[in-house]
Amino acid sequence: MSSPISSKQNFTKESLEKQFRLSEFLAEKIISSVAFLSIAIIFLIFIFVFKESLPIFSLGKESAKVEMQQSVSASGDQPESYGGVETEDLQPESYGGVETEDLQPESYGGVETEDLQPETYGGVEKEDLQPESYGGVEKEDLQPESYGGVEKEDLQPETYGDVQAEPLVENNDSAEDTAKEKKSNSIWDTLLTPDWVPVSENPRFGLLSLLIGTLKVTIISMLIAGPIAILAALYTSCFASKRTKEIIKPIIEMLAAFPSVVIGFFALMVMATFFQDIFGYDSRLNAFVGGVAMALAAIPIIYTISEDALSSIPKTYTEASLALGANKWQTAFYVVLPAATPGIFAALLLGVGRVFGETMIALMATGNAALMSANPFESVRTFAATIGAEMAETVFGETHYSVLFFIGSLLFIFSFGLNALAEFYVKGKLIKKFQGK
Amino acid sequence: MKDIKIQVNDLSLYYGEKKALKEISMQVPANKVTALIGPSGCGKSTFLRCINRMNDLIPSVSITGQMLVEGVDIYDKNVDVVNIRKKIGMVFQKSNPFPKSIYENVIYGSRINGITDKRELDEIVETSLRQAAIWDELKDRLGDSALGLSGGQQQRLCIARTLAVNPDIILMDEPASALDPISTSKIEELVHELKEKYTILIVTHNMQQAARVSDHTAFFYMGELIEMGKTDAIFTKPAKKQTEDYITGRFG
Ligand SMILES: Nc1ncnc2c1ncn2[C@@H]1O[C@H](COP(=O)(O)OP(=O)(O)OP(=O)(O)O)[C@@H](O)[C@H]1O
Ligand SMILES: [Mg+2]
Repeated sequence: MSSPISSKQNFTKESLEKQFRLSEFLAEKIISSVAFLSIAIIFLIFIFVFKESLPIFSLGKESAKVEMQQSVSASGDQPESYGGVETEDLQPESYGGVETEDLQPESYGGVETEDLQPETYGGVEKEDLQPESYGGVEKEDLQPESYGGVEKEDLQPETYGDVQAEPLVENNDSAEDTAKEKKSNSIWDTLLTPDWVPVSENPRFGLLSLLIGTLKVTIISMLIAGPIAILAALYTSCFASKRTKEIIKPIIEMLAAFPSVVIGFFALMVMATFFQDIFGYDSRLNAFVGGVAMALAAIPIIYTISEDALSSIPKTYTEASLALGANKWQTAFYVVLPAATPGIFAALLLGVGRVFGETMIALMATGNAALMSANPFESVRTFAATIGAEMAETVFGETHYSVLFFIGSLLFIFSFGLNALAEFYVKGKLIKKFQGK
Repeated sequence: MKDIKIQVNDLSLYYGEKKALKEISMQVPANKVTALIGPSGCGKSTFLRCINRMNDLIPSVSITGQMLVEGVDIYDKNVDVVNIRKKIGMVFQKSNPFPKSIYENVIYGSRINGITDKRELDEIVETSLRQAAIWDELKDRLGDSALGLSGGQQQRLCIARTLAVNPDIILMDEPASALDPISTSKIEELVHELKEKYTILIVTHNMQQAARVSDHTAFFYMGELIEMGKTDAIFTKPAKKQTEDYITGRFG
């Protein structure tokens, strides 16, 4: 009896030894590397987009001058040259000469050479022009717009007067400094203005109106898509019979596979006219039409995900609620909906993401005019549509090109920020509100 | 006849083609505890769910016969199922508190009945939780999620939630099946106290429990009501052989 027992020993060191299972190991490695790869790819895309927009960050220092053809190249020399001029102040020719050499055509000095020469000088000699007005003029008029132009009109005579009065040289210097700053900041200044005029003599890249446009369209379409999609999801998951659900769900989901060109086309041809007949606004293509069209694109996404969230709420909750004497609507609104909050929230976020980045519908249905206005029936231009419309026309490496990539990064950052905010802040709060601590 | 709360006449229930309850006829006395016993799959839960029309939720179910509660046929076309369920509360086999705070769980029924006064709601919460013998454990954490409670606490919370809507009849489907002996005895005590005010039907697999808490016992077998009578009588000298076999554990 003793031998079988010893031979039957189950727990030997060998039998319990760690085994290396190749297939398991490989599967694990493949899964994790694919996961990492996908994360890395997303990250790399962002890096690429951001990298292409990088020039505008350095534009302020050097390239702006080159690219915007507003060269302030000799800026360092200016004070000196000025001083030089002043010491020689009586020779009109030399004055003009100096300036043309050192200062660029549109800028300050260059202008003067054109206009001033004879009479100015005479005027200057009077010496009775006010120093203050000088500074004032510069501050008011110089700002972002056509530097040179302003000076042509306003500055010249006075400048000369100032220049000749010795103490005012300083004033002149500081004015020039501010002018320099303004020039070097020009890209950033224009980014925060409403004007989006990327292709012109004097290109301006104001993102504000694009931002407003994007937000307007997003809000309009979410206001439409959110309630519709969630109510539809609630209906199919809580009220509809199984057969109805089996018909409705695939149909709505099929909308998600609808190419956005088709939706855009439909909006452009049919909806625009239809809504114009109803509301009677002026611009046929506008934020509202675009918003409605994008809602069509967002509804299936929001619907599918919230339907899944609602359907996955345990039946026991519904039963408990009904057993307490609640009717179907009360059960749906007070029990099922709150319990599904996180899922519905995720659905809404995905919807926002879809609308935010939707390009084709925006191009076709929003009118593409970068206007600053709160009116939902004005044409708008969205970030995504701007990239879509203009990327093909830009020159590689140009400011315009970089700004478009900058907009791309903004889209990235926006949706990332939105998700992060939702994930870490809003969701927790919502869950606490609806489901207790 | 005032003592008869529920009168069942020839009630049959079909799940599609399958007959799950076969011509059940019984009388459930008021303000007493009636235990339903029988082997698994014999139709106890199905019968219990007929009483508050929970089976309406299952599309394949069809029912014949009569179910009279205080003389009113609850399957009559003119009877509103929501009102039935307000009068007939149910505690489920598996505790199922809502994913809300403890407080919100208890006042859920009152909320949907349109009570909004905060003081009134507070009062309802306290009395219901006290009745369910769980007030002392929970009074300091009413804002916490109910899902964070233990199984026994959750089940008593569900009982409190049912009591809060002030029903006439309480249906309990194995309320203590997943609980430890201490929670079980708390629930049994609770049932004992509650029968002063409510008519209680309780399904249980535990013979001792049936013997301890109930006044009447009904034995179901294969969808049929085999025998019903005073608990003492059923457990000491059952009239039918099947009943005797079942309660003495010699079944099958
Ligand atoms: N939704 C349903 N559809 C079809 N048949 C069902 C359904 N629910 C229960 N049944 C059947 O009806 C019969 C009775 O089920 P029921 O749940 O009432 O048994 P029970 O006595 O409560 O059993 P247990 O003690 O295990 O809970 C069983 O044969 C079961 O298979
Ligand atoms: Mg059961």
